[in-house]
Formats: sequence, C-alpha cells, structure tokens
Amino acid sequence: MTAGRDLITMTAAQMAHAIAAGEVSAAELTQAHLDRIADTDVEVRAFLHVAREAALAAARAVDDRRAAGKPLGPLAGVPVALKDVFTTSDMPTTCGSKILAGWRPPYDATLTRRLREAGAVILGKTNMDEFAMGSSTENSAFGPSRNPWDTSRVPGGSSGGSAAAVAAFQAPLAIGTDTGGSIRQPGAVCGIVGVKPTYGGSSRYGLVAFASSLDTPGPLARTVLDAALLHEAISGHDPCDSTSLDAPVPPVVAAARTADVAGLRVGVVTELSGEGYAPGVLSRFGEAVELLETLGAKITEVSCPHFTYALPAYYLIAPSECSSNLARFDAMRYGLRIGDDGSASAEEVMSLTRAAGFGAEVKRRIMLGTYALSSGYYDAYYGKAQQVRTLIIRDFAAAFEQADVLVSPATPTTAFPIGERADDPMAMYLADLCTIPSNLAGNAALSVPCGLAPEDGLPVGLQIMAPVLADDRMYRVGAAVEAALDARRGHPLLAEAPGLDGAGGGPEAGR
Amino acid sequence: MADVAITRAEVEHLANLSRLALEDSEVDRFAEQLDVIIAAVARVQEVASAGIPPTTHAADLSNVFREDVVIPPIGADAALDQAPAAELGKFRVPRILTDEEDSEDSAPGDRGES
Repeated sequence: MTAGRDLITMTAAQMAHAIAAGEVSAAELTQAHLDRIADTDVEVRAFLHVAREAALAAARAVDDRRAAGKPLGPLAGVPVALKDVFTTSDMPTTCGSKILAGWRPPYDATLTRRLREAGAVILGKTNMDEFAMGSSTENSAFGPSRNPWDTSRVPGGSSGGSAAAVAAFQAPLAIGTDTGGSIRQPGAVCGIVGVKPTYGGSSRYGLVAFASSLDTPGPLARTVLDAALLHEAISGHDPCDSTSLDAPVPPVVAAARTADVAGLRVGVVTELSGEGYAPGVLSRFGEAVELLETLGAKITEVSCPHFTYALPAYYLIAPSECSSNLARFDAMRYGLRIGDDGSASAEEVMSLTRAAGFGAEVKRRIMLGTYALSSGYYDAYYGKAQQVRTLIIRDFAAAFEQADVLVSPATPTTAFPIGERADDPMAMYLADLCTIPSNLAGNAALSVPCGLAPEDGLPVGLQIMAPVLADDRMYRVGAAVEAALDARRGHPLLAEAPGLDGAGGGPEAGR
Repeated sequence: MADVAITRAEVEHLANLSRLALEDSEVDRFAEQLDVIIAAVARVQEVASAGIPPTTHAADLSNVFREDVVIPPIGADAALDQAPAAELGKFRVPRILTDEEDSEDSAPGDRGES
C-alpha cells in the first residue's frame, strides 16, 4: 500500500484534522487525489473537467495560510468534487449538455463560493444527466459514468459522477443536486451517503435551474459525519436566492456525532415497499429496521396513502418548471448557436440550436411540460399535480405526528446495467419512486448504506426522512445505523467494493 | 381518466411551441413515448378533487425582500465574453423577421404576436 492510498482512504474529517495538525499538506493530499483520478477515471468517467492547476493552487493557498498562522476554514485542504451544474468562474460549466459545452460562467455560484471560503479544494466538475434530468448519467451528452462497484452498471443519477467519484476514492466529498432523488439515489446505488437537505436550506444561486421549486443542493460522502461537515459548510441563508430560508442551519454535525436513537420514534412507510422492489433491497431494509429497534428506537408502521401519486405528480410539476426554465437556452447570449447563416431568422436559429443542443430526455420533458401547461390541459394536469402536492404534504404532516423520522428503501432496486432502461423513460422514472415525496414536500431526507443485496452483491440504501428544518434528526439516525453496521461488519461497506485498478480489493481492503 | 392519445400533429405543435426543430423520426418516437407518459401521469386526476388547495412551492415564503443596496454588475465584457456572437459591445442576434412574415405580412407595424 502506498502513502497515496493511505491519504485517499481517510475520511474528510480525518483529512481536515491531519491538515490542521500539519501531519499532511493540502498540496500532498490534493496531489494524491489527482493521481487517483488519473489512475481510475478512464474507467469510472466521473469527471467532465479536472481542474488540476486550480486545485493545486487552492491547496497551496491553504498550506500558506497555515504556515502564516492564519485561521483555517472547516474544510481547509479537503478535496471536493462539484457537480457540473454549479457555476464556477475558473472552470467550464456544461450541465452535461452540448448546448453549454465549453461555457465559462462569469461568476461563482453561492455554493461554489462557500466551498472556497471553507477552504475546500475543488478538484473539478462531475458528470451528470443532462440538466439533471435522469437517474443514471446515461443522459449526459458526454457519455455515462460507471458504478465503481461494477463498471457495467450505472452509478445512478443525475448526480452520478459525484457519487462515483466519492465511491471510487477520487474525492472524499462531492456536491450534488436533488430534484427528485438525484443525490440520494446515486448515493444509494454507489454505497455511499447522499443527503437532500430541507428545501431552501442550501442556496440555488448559480445552480443552473431544472425545476426551481424542487432543486436542492446537498452533500455526498463516504460517512455520515463527513456529509454533515459538508452540509454545514454549504448551508445557510443567501439573499441572492429568494427561496433561501432565513433560519439557523440545523445542528447536523453535532447530530452525526451523537448517533443515538434511543427512544426515537421511527415510522416505516407502508406504501414504499412491496411490488416492484428487489428482494435484496427489501431484506436489507428489513434488517436495518430491526437494527434500529435493537438500538432503542420505537418502530411503528405509518401509512402515507398519497405517496403512490407522488411519481405522476412529479412528472407533471418538474417538466412544467423545466419547460419554462430551459427557455433561456435560446442561442442568443451564451452557449451553442446553430444555423446563423445570415439568412435564418432568430426563431429558426433558436429551434435548430435547441434541437441540436438538447438530448432526447430534455426534449421529452420540455414538450411534456409545455403540454401540461397548455390552456385546456392546465387544470387537468398541472393543476391536479399541485393539489396532489398538498395531499403529500398532509401525509407527511400526519406521519410526523406519529413518528420523529420516517424510513424506507432509498431505491426500489440496486444499480441497473448501463443501457437497460435507456430507451424506456417510464422504467427510468421508477428509480426515483421512494425519493420523490420529500422533494414535493420540501422536507429533509438522506440515504445511508445498509448492506449489499444478496442476489447481485450491490449496495442498498436506507432512506431516512425528517421534517422541514429537522435535518439533524436524520443525521442522528443515519450515524447510528452506520456505526452499528460498521461494527458488525468490522469495516466500512466500501471496503468490499472491488478494486478499480486490478490491485485486487478496494483501496481499504488492506487496512 | 381522459382518453388521451398523443398524435404526430400534437407533437409537432408542442415542438413548435418549445422551439425544437425535430427530425421526422423523433416526432414518431416522442409521440409514442409521450402517450405512455401522459397516460401514466394522468393518475393525479384520481385523487385531486375540488377544495384541495394547490401547492406551488415547497418553501412557504411570500414577499421576500432584501436590502436595497447597489451591487456592481458583472460588466459588459464579462457578459459578452461567452456570447455566440457580439458586435459593437452588444449581443449580435439573427434577424427577428422571417421571409414569410416579410412577404405575407406586408403592412409595417402589423406583425401580430410572434
């Protein structure tokens, strides 16, 4: 085992500590991750852009600050991978789309700025389904990322590049966005932690919009505590985002350190299991619930009868918002322009550019949203979907009277093979069956690994849902499950992932 | 559930409204797929009844104000830096009117909506 391997297998918390204590330099740590990316990303394809020089410069700046005795940010020197949907003034931002290929934004997203202010080292921009529409990264115009557990399978999506990078030890932390499950679902199928904070808890300023009433930035990490550290660093009120909540950030780091569920009421959602769920997902989920009981939680079953209507409501609301948001890609001010030959009109150029620049899923959703918002159909579709959204919020409110947190599988199945659902939109949409209700209601939810499905040896995620601005509660539960499972197993789940470089066993196998 | 069938003509209309110059083969495929998707999402009509207020947004916020302070804009150079075409410190865009509109609609100033 090389020194580089020891560095990349540390947790983010350990990395931050080692840098602050002077045991390792930020430049060394960044170099180790850049080397890992160079070694493994031919296979994983997590990154669309590796910001080698910018990352090393940021790392050296941390080392200089430390040498000068200046205060360090909470993530000083810790590498992070950033989903390519956040604007970055020093890196391209493509959203996985040809229409934005090579685009250099003139400003940093609030989230980008907060990462820099926390001292984090941005390694580069990660692959994603085009404009965050998808559950596999197969909708990226630049080709799919691969699941580090089995590179013939998808890493989930849309934040699949971010999840794959963390699972492949290319970065200890990554940022994703979750509109219908796009952080929790890839987190679950890559065997890592993925968190959707309360809507409005993390800023959307500089996040290229897909569905503005649902889009939520959040962390991906290998441990619950690491996710909490990143969560805290990126969260808090932002006057540049009018939907940002002016409220204190829930104490997620303290909660992750508490990791205690004694006396906590845990509700198992009846509607999020049964037909369509893989047997290994249900068995691991059942075991996680039993584990929570042995840890002192009180288990109850709660019914949320309208959750079965969440998926249809989502596939009206999200496309409707997307059809409006993506109207900005008009070939006039930035991005691709096709057919501007001096005789074609602006409308012709616009239509040609959008036809060439958008992929099939984006076109489908724009047209679906245009349909749902059309006069004559508005009341029957968009209007009804908004009413279902109310019913789902009421279901959550009733459920949180009976339970402090709700649990379910994070996804109905484990990672599916690349190509399996690519031509079947409805099959792809089902990947977000369990995650969508929390997007519609705006509450917090996370996915934490709860084992491997016996039938395919692939990771299963436990979803923990908490009320609006009670994000800390799900961190308590997630950390308790993680600690108990790690203790029972004797090592973290990712230690069982196969190696990516033919070295046999994952990077932690020799620990 | 309403009996919806998405026709080729309907997809062409949606594509036009969405400013997407689709290929013929795309129109056929999207008609088939949108038909399946719309039939599936129409399930919302089973439970949404009159009297249930709509929810437009996850965060229940209204009248969000911030301090009225001047923040320097990014500036013309930065704004134009990534433009597909720029001229004289401005975005250069293709002409707004088509040949058809020029010839069919000869009365100046009477362009209707476009």
